[in-house]
Amino acid sequence: MIKDRTAIAGIGQTAFAKSLPGSELEMACQAIKAALDDAAIAPQEVDALCSFTMEQPFVEQEVARNLGLGDITFFSQVGYGGGAGCATVGHAALAVASGQARVAVAWRSRKRGAAASRPWSQVSRRVSGTAAWSRPWGLLRPVDEIAMLARRYMHEYGASRDQLANAALAFRKHANRNPAALMHDKPLTRDQYLSARWISEPLCLFDNCLETDGAVACVVVPAERAVDGAHPPVYVHAFAQGLNQQHETMTNYHGQDPLMGPGWACSRALWRGADFGPDDVKVAQIYDAFSPLIPLSLEGYGFCGRGEGAAFTEHGNIEWPDGRLPVNTSGGGMSEAYVHGFNLVAEGVRQMRGTSTSQVEGADTCLVTSGEGVPTSALLLRR
Amino acid sequence: MTADALLPEIDEVSRPFWEGAAAGELRMQACGRCHALRFPPRPVCPRCNSFEVEWRTMSGRGRVWSFVVPHPPLLPAFMAVAPYNVVVVELEEDPLLRLVGNLVEAPGAPINSVDPATIRIGEPVRVAFHQVGDVALPVWVRASP
Ligand SMILES: [Zn+2]
Repeated sequence: MIKDRTAIAGIGQTAFAKSLPGSELEMACQAIKAALDDAAIAPQEVDALCSFTMEQPFVEQEVARNLGLGDITFFSQVGYGGGAGCATVGHAALAVASGQARVAVAWRSRKRGAAASRPWSQVSRRVSGTAAWSRPWGLLRPVDEIAMLARRYMHEYGASRDQLANAALAFRKHANRNPAALMHDKPLTRDQYLSARWISEPLCLFDNCLETDGAVACVVVPAERAVDGAHPPVYVHAFAQGLNQQHETMTNYHGQDPLMGPGWACSRALWRGADFGPDDVKVAQIYDAFSPLIPLSLEGYGFCGRGEGAAFTEHGNIEWPDGRLPVNTSGGGMSEAYVHGFNLVAEGVRQMRGTSTSQVEGADTCLVTSGEGVPTSALLLRR
Repeated sequence: MTADALLPEIDEVSRPFWEGAAAGELRMQACGRCHALRFPPRPVCPRCNSFEVEWRTMSGRGRVWSFVVPHPPLLPAFMAVAPYNVVVVELEEDPLLRLVGNLVEAPGAPINSVDPATIRIGEPVRVAFHQVGDVALPVWVRASP
């Protein structure tokens, strides 16, 4: 069991911007160094590295050589892009809890501000794998693939664009309070949302996350060490991954119920390992590459019933400070930065430390999720 | 749009599907032992784990399960016809067999030929085939209920 046996002792990040100088490796090193400084831990002490498969090849060796890390005795990578964030932290926690490592670092560094770097624009003319069953008909981009599920969801449960707008507007309000957010100075109104251009109907511009350059890292250590750390310890209470039966990443149209994604399998395993349940969660950081992932995840992680996720967003329910469950309090992927969801981990830690720019009063538990719609992962943090 | 169209890579597992399409038939993979249909094609039956495979010709009838209307920015081949529709169709034989396709006005019509505002989830459709380069892509036309 890993319950509360490890803690996140440090977090670090680069600036977030449409375009930053330096390579992904350089940004990764900046964020990791900042996280180690935040934890007051020397680079030589690091002995585990957990990262995304989407990092550049040989990334562990390059990070270790650049930062002068110690002997690395545990390294792992997790696939499926946006589904991987919480899993890298979870693997770090597993490595530390099991004694395989003593100081583990997890991170994501991503340069995606430039349109030419987007993977959907780089497909070759012959498409293979599952994409061979979707791209030839013009289902090209992640937004198209999720819009297909969104349309079905709206049809089955009567969800509306107004309800999807609730997520976009709530996260923007939170970003407007967060000086590090890309959208800090840009308010968003419901009228702007409803009159925005389509990207893939039924989803418009503001149903999409940002494209950002940036990196975020965190440091995981044994709980007893964190107690003496530079900050109050933020315990990794529970961790799970989820790849549900017959799931197909992104184009998940083939299973029994495509609207019950990997988050449902992840959620069952997560709550099994926890001492508390959804009603006890005070704040949540929910992966938001696209707005429909919010209602789907609210349902999957048990905050409401099937088909009730869209209505859950009403009456300011997901907004700071008075909502029943403030969500994405730094602005999330839609309004702070899209670092493959890793900025959600950092915000979860800030909430547990009491240092968020939209601090939820008395928050002592936080759910952090990675991408719904792909094989995914989640963390429960507690103070 | 043939010049820079995206075409499926055809491999050993999927070849019978595309051969069927070229012959104007919608063929689905099934288990050679328990006969459960499955899609997309794969080597093993998830129900009984048999590696034996058979192919069956479907009626070509189905219903719209969902649809989207992509707008730019898109790849060049699709930029020219945007906005167009992409549908997911569930097959009459087994509604868990869901295929991505396009709803078109008539066989051979472009993928932006149907007014997206008129598309309804649940509406009945039947298969047609659209030759793009060396591949016949299954597309869908409206069927009377
Ligand atoms: Zn079988």
